[in-house]
Amino acid sequence: MMRFMLLFSRQGKLRLQKWYLATSDKERKKMVRELMQVVLARKPKMCSFLEWRDLKVVYKRYASLYFCCAIEGQDNELITLELIHRYVELLDKYFGSVCELDIIFNFEKAYFILDEFLMGGDVQDTSKKSVLKAIEQADLLQESGSPSLRDLMPTDYSLPPL
Amino acid sequence: MPAVSKGDGMRGLAVFISDIRNCKSKEAEIKRINKELANIRSKFKGDKALDGYSKKKYVCKLLFIFLLGHDIDFGHMEAVNLLSSNRYTEKQIGYLFISVLVNSNSELIRLINNAIKNDLASRNPTFMGLALHCIANVGSREMAEAFAGEIPKILVAGDTMDSVKQSAALCLLRLYRTSPDLVPMGDWTSRVVHLLNDQHLGVVTAATSLITTLAQKNPEEFKTSVSLAVSRLSRIVTSASTDLQDYTYYFVPAPWLSVKLLRLLQCYPPPDPAVRGRLTECLETILNKAQEPPKSKKVQHSNAKNAVLFETISLIIHHDSEPNLLVRACNQLGQFLQHRETNLRYLALESMCTLASSEFSHEAVKTHIETVINALKTERDVSVRQRAVDLLYAMCDRSNAQQIVAEMLSYLETADYSIREEIVLKVAILAEKYAVDYTWYVDTILNLIRIAGDYVSEEVWYRVIQIVINRDDVQGYAAKTVFEALQAPACHENLVKVGGYILGEFGNLIAGDPRSSPLIQFHLLHSKFHLCSVPTRALLLSTYIKFVNLFPEVKTTIQDVLRSDSQLKNADVELQQRAVEYLRLSTVASTDILATVLEEMPPFPERQSSILAKLKKKKGPDTATGLEEAKRERSAAVNGGPEPAPASAASTPSPSADLLGLGAAPPAPAGPPPSSGGLLVDVFSDSPSAVAPLAPGSEDNFARFVCKNNGVLFENQLLQIGLKSEFRQNLGRMFIFYGNKTSTQFLNFTPTLICSDDLQMNLSLQTKPVDPTVDGGAQVQQVVNIECVSDFTEAPVLNIQFRYGGTFQNVSVKLPITLNKFFQPTEMASQDFFQRWKQLSNPQQEVQNIFKAKHPMDTEITKAKIIGFGSALLEEVDPNPANFVGAGIIHTKTTQIGCLLRLEPNLQAQPPSPRARVPRPRCCSWSDPVPCVLALSWTPQ
Repeated sequence: MMRFMLLFSRQGKLRLQKWYLATSDKERKKMVRELMQVVLARKPKMCSFLEWRDLKVVYKRYASLYFCCAIEGQDNELITLELIHRYVELLDKYFGSVCELDIIFNFEKAYFILDEFLMGGDVQDTSKKSVLKAIEQADLLQESGSPSLRDLMPTDYSLPPL
Repeated sequence: MPAVSKGDGMRGLAVFISDIRNCKSKEAEIKRINKELANIRSKFKGDKALDGYSKKKYVCKLLFIFLLGHDIDFGHMEAVNLLSSNRYTEKQIGYLFISVLVNSNSELIRLINNAIKNDLASRNPTFMGLALHCIANVGSREMAEAFAGEIPKILVAGDTMDSVKQSAALCLLRLYRTSPDLVPMGDWTSRVVHLLNDQHLGVVTAATSLITTLAQKNPEEFKTSVSLAVSRLSRIVTSASTDLQDYTYYFVPAPWLSVKLLRLLQCYPPPDPAVRGRLTECLETILNKAQEPPKSKKVQHSNAKNAVLFETISLIIHHDSEPNLLVRACNQLGQFLQHRETNLRYLALESMCTLASSEFSHEAVKTHIETVINALKTERDVSVRQRAVDLLYAMCDRSNAQQIVAEMLSYLETADYSIREEIVLKVAILAEKYAVDYTWYVDTILNLIRIAGDYVSEEVWYRVIQIVINRDDVQGYAAKTVFEALQAPACHENLVKVGGYILGEFGNLIAGDPRSSPLIQFHLLHSKFHLCSVPTRALLLSTYIKFVNLFPEVKTTIQDVLRSDSQLKNADVELQQRAVEYLRLSTVASTDILATVLEEMPPFPERQSSILAKLKKKKGPDTATGLEEAKRERSAAVNGGPEPAPASAASTPSPSADLLGLGAAPPAPAGPPPSSGGLLVDVFSDSPSAVAPLAPGSEDNFARFVCKNNGVLFENQLLQIGLKSEFRQNLGRMFIFYGNKTSTQFLNFTPTLICSDDLQMNLSLQTKPVDPTVDGGAQVQQVVNIECVSDFTEAPVLNIQFRYGGTFQNVSVKLPITLNKFFQPTEMASQDFFQRWKQLSNPQQEVQNIFKAKHPMDTEITKAKIIGFGSALLEEVDPNPANFVGAGIIHTKTTQIGCLLRLEPNLQAQPPSPRARVPRPRCCSWSDPVPCVLALSWTPQ
């Protein structure tokens, strides 16, 4: 089971956090700080897995963003790595060539997509179609006529093509 | 699909986020946030009712502020209001806010639960999905109480939509993890198992996660899942990559589901022959596919494929029964060891560690030794090198120990600081475990100190001294080697310690050589003295006084040193005292006395290496490596390895064990309690099977409490249990303190008191449940009210279950409530005592117990014990002064009964075999247990 997932930038700004086990706010902050330090200190070609506390950490960097998952001892590292990738694909498909700013300005959407994909720390559905269908259905239910968010985005740090 | 076309951009929110991003400083950001908070607060408090959109926008802003790391203390009510909105988007934001911000003990939980209930009943799949997500996200006990009964119904109902089924399965899983007691097993379980056959692969994926976790706790109930999982897996493995459509990931058919199914199978032993054949076929197919050329160059393809492969290998290792598959797995991993992908090399090293412990594949793993050594030298990533060290440690045996230790030592010269201590421990353990020749062992440890002295912990240098003292064939060599090592101009303080100790004991063995004459030895050691810290200097002073005994010719030189101002007037009390006492001893004592006082140290009792314990501790109690370590040890013991069997360790009496059992806690058992138990089968044979066997040492600790009421009952690396109790007449109260020794929370912490049916009738215990979460470092208290209804012999068992990290912990200890706790002392004159005694005392009317005392029958201690036992100690009553007599009244709810007691120490026997006698009142067996209980207090290990 996944314990938590973090998205943070190279500058150490936390962009998204999802906890699958009750953790106190104080403890969360401490863990985030500690883990970000460890991961940001690693060099590009290094292995994507590391032992941290009593957990296994799997991380991958996409452009300026680090996606970082903590899993338990028995869990499979490689499939977690691909889980991260599938989530990036979902974001990409939804936002259209996703960038860090999309996630900043539409953080709630990033959470909704993650929720459709993972629940309670386990994969709910791995089919891209199913997840996106769920999100789109939800979008259909929403009001229309919103101003363009792109106007507000000064620069575009696109994630690399998938 | 640009974001702009989507949904409901909230302009105000976007502007706010922009503002925050444009803030030049932290102060500016805080100012902007405070302004916004004030704005939102006034909107929420304003007279004008807010429309749904504004409410949603403000709640969303609050959420953003919270996610930036600021505290939010309002807005919860507005979020809860959003839940009952009919607009999906408002509801969704409301749920998101609650998932992120509401903790379990919020008083809003009732309102939230109401909204969830409505949505679950709405039959609108998207609303139901939101509600289920919220339950899973909060996952609190209150949620479980409210919904754990409902969700299984949704899960197995025929008309539930697939997407809702998926959510329901995982939601239930989350609740089960938090509060397993609230999720009742029932009819639904068999239907859940059949979800493995569902047509919708998403449903199967979600259900497999649920079944895996349920099966771990209730293997019997879910064992039909094995054959279903195998046939599902077989269908996936043999499918063409296009068959599964969207569940094919980069040409790999359903990798997530495959991994999950393989995990589920790891909950069970190898299946029956029929299913087993099919499974073996699957596993072989997966291994074969690994050899096929890749269908895509993308790393996603190989990652997904190898994820399945590694899980397959885990299953093969778990079954540990098919030599052919194990060797194939090993060869496959061998290929990965040289792969250009760092990730694969890392995982191969990790996975091989577990293979090394299987007897079938140990030899196959060993063939890769050169590659692994090479990895240690050339890998650029420290976490990979760490895995290589682990694997070398795991594959080490007598045949390759010298090579592996040498490689580790040479790696240590350049190793990263973060892993040095662990390598030092590993080298020390391997050197000891596989030493055929103890001179090699001594050399290795001295090398360790030379190369990485700062990382050599006390355990390591204590251990080398213990071994040298216990093995006389190596003492001369050790003395010679430390003497030579000390010649180095700069040597580590740990070397001075080891050198000082060994020369003090065995310097005489090399004193015949004029190059290491007593005086030279002394000057060599003393030349280091001034550079050392106080504890080392203290040790050296002891060496000097030992020299006075070993070498009378250097006595005056040493006396001069001890007499110098820098010793006798040293500012440090310990050093000063040693100098004064040693000087005095060397002056006044005769040679004989000196020889006795300063005799060579007796051999140390064999016990489990403290280094091993330290390594385990360092690795964390329940990591895979820890378990693997335990497995290796077991297999080593079975193979009759010459290393001291760790199992005997706990029972070795420690010379420092306190006699009264009043002092500090007994040595903590290392690691989790062994799974093979059955110690107490006769006591609570009908108790639930989930209860762990008694923790090692529990009986001893129990015995220690016979004569006392307070102290530490149990301790391991995670948990400490302390007791404080008081008894008056037939009532008692016991405070149990559970201390979390780790920095991680314990979850689902549930202590349970277990009494057999018999005991329940005679002893009534009442308590309240404790909070299921115990924070790291915290202590929780539980009060048990005790009433003795009638006499009893058994003791209740305290079972504690909790989750620590990802692992389930289960500990049982005997709770020291014994009949003597309800004793009230009675004073009695000699005449009265014997009159009564004689009235009662005929063979049918006396119960007695002769036992072997494990501790000396010291008079004062025995007196203290009898008083602690609860009876009055009657002095000058027994005509035989060696005997002890006591009298008391046992109080129970129904009656009170007088009890006389006589303890005859019988000191002539070796070990002393005292006899405890209690006259038996007419036709009444009440006091029967007393002599046995009393005996207990002399028999802990």
